[in-house]
Amino acid sequence: MSEFLQHLVNMLVLGGTYALLGIGLTLIFGIMNVVNFTHGVLYTFGAYIMFIVVQQLGLNFFLALPVAVLAGWLLGAAIELTLLRPLRGSDIDTTMLVMIGAWIAMQSGTLWIWGGVAKSVATPFPEAPLVLGPVSVSWLRLFVLAAAAMLILVTYLLINKTSLGRAMRATFQDHDTASLMGVNVDMIYTSTFAIGSSLAAAAGALLGPVYVIFPQMGDLAAVKAFAIVILGGLGNITGAVIGGFILALAEELGAGYVSSGYRDAMGFVIIIAVLIFRPTGLFARAERVG
Amino acid sequence: MRTVITILAVAVLASVPLWLRDPYLLNALITTGIFVIGAMSLNLLLGFTGQLSLGHIAFFGIGAYVSALTSLGFDVGLPGDVRLVHTPWPPIAGLLLAIIVAGLCGYFVGLLSFRVRGAYFVIVTISFAEVVRLVALNWVELTQGPLALTNIPSIALPLPGFGELTLRTKMQNYYLVLVVALIAYLLIARLVHSHFGRAMRGLMENETLAVSVGIDVTRTLTLAAVISAAIAGAAGSLYAHYIRIIDPEVFAFINTVTMVIMVISGGKGSLAGPVVGGLIFGLLPVALRPVMAPEAQWIAYGGVLMAILFVLPRGIVPSLALRFARRRSGASALAPVALTETGAKEPA
Repeated sequence: MSEFLQHLVNMLVLGGTYALLGIGLTLIFGIMNVVNFTHGVLYTFGAYIMFIVVQQLGLNFFLALPVAVLAGWLLGAAIELTLLRPLRGSDIDTTMLVMIGAWIAMQSGTLWIWGGVAKSVATPFPEAPLVLGPVSVSWLRLFVLAAAAMLILVTYLLINKTSLGRAMRATFQDHDTASLMGVNVDMIYTSTFAIGSSLAAAAGALLGPVYVIFPQMGDLAAVKAFAIVILGGLGNITGAVIGGFILALAEELGAGYVSSGYRDAMGFVIIIAVLIFRPTGLFARAERVG
Repeated sequence: MRTVITILAVAVLASVPLWLRDPYLLNALITTGIFVIGAMSLNLLLGFTGQLSLGHIAFFGIGAYVSALTSLGFDVGLPGDVRLVHTPWPPIAGLLLAIIVAGLCGYFVGLLSFRVRGAYFVIVTISFAEVVRLVALNWVELTQGPLALTNIPSIALPLPGFGELTLRTKMQNYYLVLVVALIAYLLIARLVHSHFGRAMRGLMENETLAVSVGIDVTRTLTLAAVISAAIAGAAGSLYAHYIRIIDPEVFAFINTVTMVIMVISGGKGSLAGPVVGGLIFGLLPVALRPVMAPEAQWIAYGGVLMAILFVLPRGIVPSLALRFARRRSGASALAPVALTETGAKEPA
C-alpha cells in the first residue's frame, strides 16, 4: 500500500509537467492544425537554457525558469514566422514534414553545440527528501509541481479571461469567421505557437534538473505530449491536464508493477488504444480536426 | 521514351560493380539500395493512397528481426512454462517469413488506417514503431536486447544441381539488392497501372466520389498496406543478412524519416521518384563525410528536407517531367503527365 501511495505522489509531480507539455501541444494542434514535431526540441531547449543560466552563467536557479519561458516564447515565434507562416494554406502533411526537418536540424544543432554527454544542474534544494509518513518526496520535485501548477493556472486564465484568449478560442472554433469578426488570425497563430512553445520550454526547464539534460531528451517528451493531446481531445486544455496526470499514473504503475523497461511504452499504448476505441479523446467536447 | 530511360538506368546500375572497386562506396550503394526498396514501399502508401505512415521502419525492422531469428534459431520461455524452441532454418526461408510476417503487420495497420486518418494515422504509426522498438529492446531472451543479434548468416541461394551459392562478397550482395529492387519496382509499377492502382488514386483524390462509384475503401487501403509492408519486410531481411548484426536501433524514427525524405524529394506518387531521391539522399552522407562533422550533416539533412518542401513541393522527378512535358507541348499536343501529376495532392 505504501508503495502505491509513493507511486501516486510521483504521479502528481510527473503529471504536472506532462500537463504543461500537453497544453502547449493541444493549443498548437487544435488552433493551427499543425502536427508540431518541434515540441520536443523546445522542451530540450528549455532544459539547456536552465543549464546555461545556472551552470554556465552562475545565476540564480529561480531566475532560470522565467528566462527559459521567455526564450521558448521567442524561439517558438521565430519558428512560426519563418517556417509556418509562408506555408499557410498548404496541407497538414507538408507542414508536418517541415516541422520534422526543423526538429532534425535543431536537435543536431543542440548536439553540435553541447555534445552528447548528459548535463546536470545544481539546485538550491536540500538533498534530504521531505518524508510524510509512508511516502517521501524531494524538495526539488515539490517545487516542480508547484511551478507547473502555477503555469497551468496562468495559461488557463490567459485562455479564458483575456481578449487574446477569447480570440484564440474563436480561431479554434472557426478561423474564417474569427477573421471576419476582426481577429488578426496570423497574429493569433504566432501567439499560439509562441505560447505553446514557451510551455514546452518551461516543462523542460522544470524536469531537466530532476533528471539529466541531453540533446535527445525531447523525443520521448514529444511523443508523450501527443499521447496527452489524444487522451484529452484536441484543443481541450482541461483534457490535456487530466491526460497529463493519467499518462503519469499509467507510467508509474507500468514501471512499478510491469517492468521499468516498458515505462516509456505506456504513452504509445495509450495512443493506440484511445485512437482505436475512442478516437475523439476521453473527454470529447470539441470537434476533431484532420 | 520512359522504357528506354528505365533500361538504360538498369544497365548503368548493373555495370557498377564492374568498374567500381572501392569497397566503401560499394557498401554505401548496397545500403542505399536497401533503403531505396524501403522508400519505394513507402511511396506505395504515401504517394498512391495519400496515407503518411511514419512508422514504416517498423515493417523493415520486423522483417530484419524475423529473418535473423529464423536463420539463427531461438529458445524462449512463454507464460505458462512453455518453451518455444526453433532450430535454425536457411536464410532464404527467413526472407520469405519476413515478407509474410511484415505483410501481416501491414494488414493490422491497414485496418487502423480505415479508422483513423490524417494526423492521427501518422501518430498511430509512430506509436506502433516505438512499441515494437521497446519490445525488441526489452525482450532480451528473444532479441538479445541492446546486445544485438550477431553472426546472422549471409543469404544462400539454392541452385538446383549445384548445391548452394552463399552471397558473401559485396558484389554478390549488390546484385541481390539490385534484383530485389527491380522486382519491387516492377511489382509496384504493375500494381499502380492496374485497376487496383486506379482505385487507390481515386480514393486519394476524392474519396466520396470513389466510394460512390463502388470502390471498396477498406479492401483497397488494407491491400496497399499489406503489399507495402511486405516489400519493406523484404528490405529489412536483406539488411539483416547483409549487415549481419541488428539491434533495436534499426527501429529508430530517423530511419523512417530518411525514407520519407527519399520519397518526398524524389517525388511522391512517381514510380522513379523514390529511386532518384533515394540515390541522392543515400549517397549524400558519403559526399558530405569529408567536409562536415556528423552533427552538421544532420543539420544539413533537416535543412534540405525543409528546402525541398518550400522549393520543390512536388519532388524532383515530377517537376522535371512537368518541365519536359511543357517544352514538348509547344511543338506537339499536350504530353501526358498523368502519372506524375498525381504527385501534387490537393490540400486535405
